[in-house]
Amino acid sequence: MAAGSGGGPADRGEIRRHPLRNLWRLRHYLRPHAVEFSWLMLAGLAATAAGIAVPLVAQRVVDGPVAERDLAGLFQLAGLALLLGLAEALLIFIRRWVQSSSSVAMEATIRDDVYAHLQRLPPSFHDRWPSGQLLSRITSDLSVLRRFLSFGLFFLVLNLVTYLGVVVLLIRLHPALGLLVAASAVPLFLIARRFGRHYHAASRRMQDQQGDVATLVEETAQGLRTMKAYGRGPQLAARFAASTRALHDTGVAKGRLLARTAARLDLVPNLTLGIVLVAGAAAVAAGRLTVGQLVAFVSLQLMLIWPVQSLGWIIANGQEAATAADRIQEVLDTAPAIVDAPVTVALARSTIRGRLRFEAVTFRYPGTTTPVLRGVDLTVEPGETLAVVGATGSGKSTLLSLVPRLHDVGTGRITLDGHDLRDLRLASLRRLVATAFEEPTLFSMSVWENLTLGRPDAGEDEVRAALALAQAEFAYDLPWGLRTRLGEQGLSLSGGQRQRLALARAVLVRPAVLVLDDPLSALDVHTEAAVESALKRVLRDMTALLVVHRPSTIALADRVALLEHGRISAVGPHAELLATVPAYRAVLSAEPAAVPHPRLPAGPPTGGFPLVRS
Amino acid sequence: MTGGTVGDGSSPAQRAPGPAADPAYWRGVAPDPHADRSLAEDASPEAVARLRARSRALLTDVLRPHRARLGAAVALLLAQNAAAMSGPYLVMLGIDRAIEPLRAGRPGPLVAVAVSFAAAAGIEYAARRGFLTLSARIGQAVLLDLRQRVYAHFLRLPVAFHERYTSGRMISRLTSDIDSIAELVDGGVESLVMAALTIVSVAGILLWLDLPLAAVTLLAFPLLFWLSRWFARASAAAYRRTREAMALVIVHFVESMRGIRAVQAYRREPRNQHIFASVNDDYRQSSQHAFRLIATYSPGIKLIGNVTVAAVLCYGGARVLGGDTGVGVLAAFLLYLRRFFEPMQELSQFYNSLQSATAALEKLAGVLDERPTVAEPGRPVPLPRGPLRGAITFRAVSFGYRPDAPILAGLDLSIPAGQTVALIGPTGAGKSTVAKLLARFHDPAAGTVTLDGVDLRQVADAELRRTVVLVTQETHLFGGTVAENIRFGRPEADDAAVEAAARAIGAHDFIAALPDGYATEVHRRGGRLSAGQRQLVAFARAFLADPAVLILDEATSSLDVPTERLVQHALGTILRDRTAVVIAHRLSTVETADRVLVLDGGRIVEDGPPAELIADGGRYAALHRQWRDSLL
Ligand SMILES: Nc1ncnc2c1ncn2[C@@H]1O[C@H](COP(=O)(O)OP(=O)(O)OP(=O)(O)O)[C@@H](O)[C@H]1O
Ligand SMILES: Nc1ncnc2c1ncn2[C@@H]1O[C@H](COP(=O)(O)OP(=O)(O)OP(=O)(O)O)[C@@H](O)[C@H]1O
Ligand SMILES: [Mg+2]
Ligand SMILES: [Mg+2]
Repeated sequence: MAAGSGGGPADRGEIRRHPLRNLWRLRHYLRPHAVEFSWLMLAGLAATAAGIAVPLVAQRVVDGPVAERDLAGLFQLAGLALLLGLAEALLIFIRRWVQSSSSVAMEATIRDDVYAHLQRLPPSFHDRWPSGQLLSRITSDLSVLRRFLSFGLFFLVLNLVTYLGVVVLLIRLHPALGLLVAASAVPLFLIARRFGRHYHAASRRMQDQQGDVATLVEETAQGLRTMKAYGRGPQLAARFAASTRALHDTGVAKGRLLARTAARLDLVPNLTLGIVLVAGAAAVAAGRLTVGQLVAFVSLQLMLIWPVQSLGWIIANGQEAATAADRIQEVLDTAPAIVDAPVTVALARSTIRGRLRFEAVTFRYPGTTTPVLRGVDLTVEPGETLAVVGATGSGKSTLLSLVPRLHDVGTGRITLDGHDLRDLRLASLRRLVATAFEEPTLFSMSVWENLTLGRPDAGEDEVRAALALAQAEFAYDLPWGLRTRLGEQGLSLSGGQRQRLALARAVLVRPAVLVLDDPLSALDVHTEAAVESALKRVLRDMTALLVVHRPSTIALADRVALLEHGRISAVGPHAELLATVPAYRAVLSAEPAAVPHPRLPAGPPTGGFPLVRS
Repeated sequence: MTGGTVGDGSSPAQRAPGPAADPAYWRGVAPDPHADRSLAEDASPEAVARLRARSRALLTDVLRPHRARLGAAVALLLAQNAAAMSGPYLVMLGIDRAIEPLRAGRPGPLVAVAVSFAAAAGIEYAARRGFLTLSARIGQAVLLDLRQRVYAHFLRLPVAFHERYTSGRMISRLTSDIDSIAELVDGGVESLVMAALTIVSVAGILLWLDLPLAAVTLLAFPLLFWLSRWFARASAAAYRRTREAMALVIVHFVESMRGIRAVQAYRREPRNQHIFASVNDDYRQSSQHAFRLIATYSPGIKLIGNVTVAAVLCYGGARVLGGDTGVGVLAAFLLYLRRFFEPMQELSQFYNSLQSATAALEKLAGVLDERPTVAEPGRPVPLPRGPLRGAITFRAVSFGYRPDAPILAGLDLSIPAGQTVALIGPTGAGKSTVAKLLARFHDPAAGTVTLDGVDLRQVADAELRRTVVLVTQETHLFGGTVAENIRFGRPEADDAAVEAAARAIGAHDFIAALPDGYATEVHRRGGRLSAGQRQLVAFARAFLADPAVLILDEATSSLDVPTERLVQHALGTILRDRTAVVIAHRLSTVETADRVLVLDGGRIVEDGPPAELIADGGRYAALHRQWRDSLL
């Protein structure tokens, strides 16, 4: 069960025409910090200059006052050295201090924005993207970016400046040898470019694999009970081992690439130095150069070693930042499919009557060929409760998810009081519609927070009433009452308790349209009856669309619609349909094979069961 | 500009999280005092020190297998360094010894110097390449080891641990914490060895050059020490906070992405953004704090170095003037002093990465320190072999998820092998709890649960799982194909067996109708399938596992009536020769059962064959009547 398969992040590893394009596109995050950045660049350069000056001063001390036995001069110059030293430390402090706030601030801003964007992307996006891949983007990738912004970029500039400065000095000292040193930039450039290309691919692979590992861990955490129930720990561990080993291998390959390049980059200045030495010695021998000049030249040239040596890391860091930016932009570039139209209306709850109409609605899940809904026509009158009945997998939940626009209809339209849902402001529509999903989605937050998900301003009494309606007063008996934090996904509650909380949450919104997907499936017969009678009372004031499987729940509905083959094949009161529509009876009937089920073979398969006992 | 819209879109309020974003407000109070952390992580100073020691021990432990490689890496590093050092020396030789002969028309010495220079460069190249490759290997191996160890331990830890620790934290441990250890591993060895090497050798040279001057230099040491100690303390706390803040970011992120449907349907986005901004800002502040510490520490070291240079300059100059020492010595001393303080910077960086990695290691050590309370027996007792296996007994079993809230109190129950028992009762009665005890997700607080006479605590895990399978109330499918999900029940099953299992419970038709049949990807948590389809797949999985004891917890609650009926029929055959506990609110299941147990408030209030209970006119009879009436 490979993580990360699934059509989501399909273009992984694709090398773009311009590898740095996406990094460049993030520059607007730098803009608010532009002033700080220029300060820290300046401070960094000045600190480097001061750092170079200190030994020069020390040298002057030795050559000057000490040699001339001038005590006052000694203290003067020593004082200068002290000042320079203080300045250097102070400048470094300033640079790092500024850096510490601006880089983390940028990281946090990007993270906020990615999160905001992800929240706007529709469920169909989230279904297909492994969440570990999303997670690794807002964690690992962002810290790579941060490191580049706080170190890589700075040292890139610093080293370039140092390199250019030294080369200019060298050329002034001795044009021919200086140009020779300048020419050594060519192999450096070639090595660096080649490295950049290879490293780009490796770094992307590594980041994707990090995402895969995160996905696996997340999946393990979620499927933990299933894993335990089947004792599949060894298999999961093997799967994890394979995936971490892939990560390990990529890491080693990356390290090897870096090692090769770093060593090569090192070789260039060394060889240049050797050539300079030989040529310089020859020049000295020929009398075209003094020994002193040669010594000065060589010692200056030694200053190039460090900038070149760190080049490998800087490029690696830059490439990692570039691929991290690619990955982040992949998410940011995904346009939210379900958004407000340019012109929208907002409807107030009080003005809504709640007439919900499906008109020739078709729907197909992205990436599939066969439509789930093939022309649904259905009207729910204001205040009416309509139950949708259909076989497993017939598309009931799909139909319901179209109402709060978790998915958009393919063709046809859905209207609320005559307004196409797509013409309503999304926030307004979702304020009018409340849904209880078939899987109660609870969060590890306080019960209160879970209940007031759709109505943060709900009062104590309203919450109490909603809980009473859903027969969920047990919530008050939790250790801290409504302040108790629920376990993840509500798993610290029983199945029926979870479902009742989800129901209370939907009712609390006091929506114009209440959408309930199999809301009582986890309740016992008694509780179900109690919830039903309470629900009946509130359903009078709102339009309700509910999916039911059990005949007992149908009592809630004024009318029932039968969903079959992607269409509504019958609508009417329960008793009437029961009498006139055999397919309807078949879907609800507990009588074995009373009417052959349309989608499943009638009766138990013959010839016993091919028991897989080995 | 394309990216701009994103920046603008995030809600304006997010940068100023108000009191409502206060975690204490929205997160609620965890019933477990140890929520959010491993037991070893405690605020008391002793616990902190203990955990720190453990994390260091963990580090040495993961490094131990690499001792030889580490030695080789250090040797390569020394070779590289020696080659690099010989460069300037060869330059000196070239200038001093080769120019004169060259003037005299003898290029021999210059050629010799050039050749040595090339050789040194070659050695440096090879040694550097070798060292970097080797250190990457060691680093990656260490990370691999850590990841696998922690993951394996997470798998061993009981359900109760995971319930309080949350998946977000587990993910955070295995991703972001490991990342911060990777930062140390990436460049740590080099800077540590190089710095230590230079400092020690240079210190030796300084002492040898001029003792009084070296003594002045030594005065810097208490300062360095004091500064480092301050940094060690402050940064340990800061990085610890960073790790925890990151974990909260991940927890919130994972959870809100998982529940994205509810988030969007209930317009939760602004509030979520608010909360995310607040945890994110917390992380920002804590890492900013940590970075500011190093932003103070590192220039502080620099400052001490520079002041020492100035002091040596004064004192040394005075000594030269006083004739106590030579100019050359002072010059050399100053040069070396520079070399002495330069690596201190590197060392401070290393120390910083070490602190950050240690904070992460502490978290991992805390997890590894957690004892699996529902542990594998040291000496497992094999289950008796025989034709009819799977007798279950609960003997005076008491259990509660929290010590103060017992769910079951002194439950006694005996299920003979081969019997099908229906467990019914109001919601929250404790039915799932009984099932979870039977599958040993938890151990009872008092009393024993035995399988064929053997206490579950003494049965080897593999054997227990082969014998007992629980289909949990919440259906979970893994990402992957339908076939893979079914095969989870028995990994070695071939395709025919997978299909047979699906057929047996009536899932084959819908699977065959999927675009890729059994090879259809079900997406994250099976989101590609409908709720009922997911249940069927989970059912097929259990069927394929073919256990002696099958526990079905509401395994058919989302099915339509005819499909459920079909599954019931299949069950009639499937359960014939095994022990089964079937939990269901729909009493259709009960008709196939040999015996019905009515559970209420953690006690069995009725027990008997269904027909008998109906005749007795008790609770079950009432429930049954109500249910019958609701049927068509
Ligand atoms: N994300 C998806 N991508 C592709 N196909 C999907 C997706 N979700 C559901 N389907 C398919 O669409 C069909 C309808 O699914 P839906 O969840 O609407 O069924 P349902 O009527 O609610 O069934 P149930 O009673 O089991 O809940 C199913 O055949 C399912 O396999
Ligand atoms: N992981 C948990 N942590 C704390 N309390 C729990 C946990 N799981 C269940 N409980 C509590 O234990 C009690 C019994 O729960 P259990 O899940 O056994 O009920 P159930 O009989 O299966 O109910 P249902 O029919 O609703 O599934 C409930 O009050 C529930 O809140
Ligand atoms: Mg459904
Ligand atoms: Mg239960």
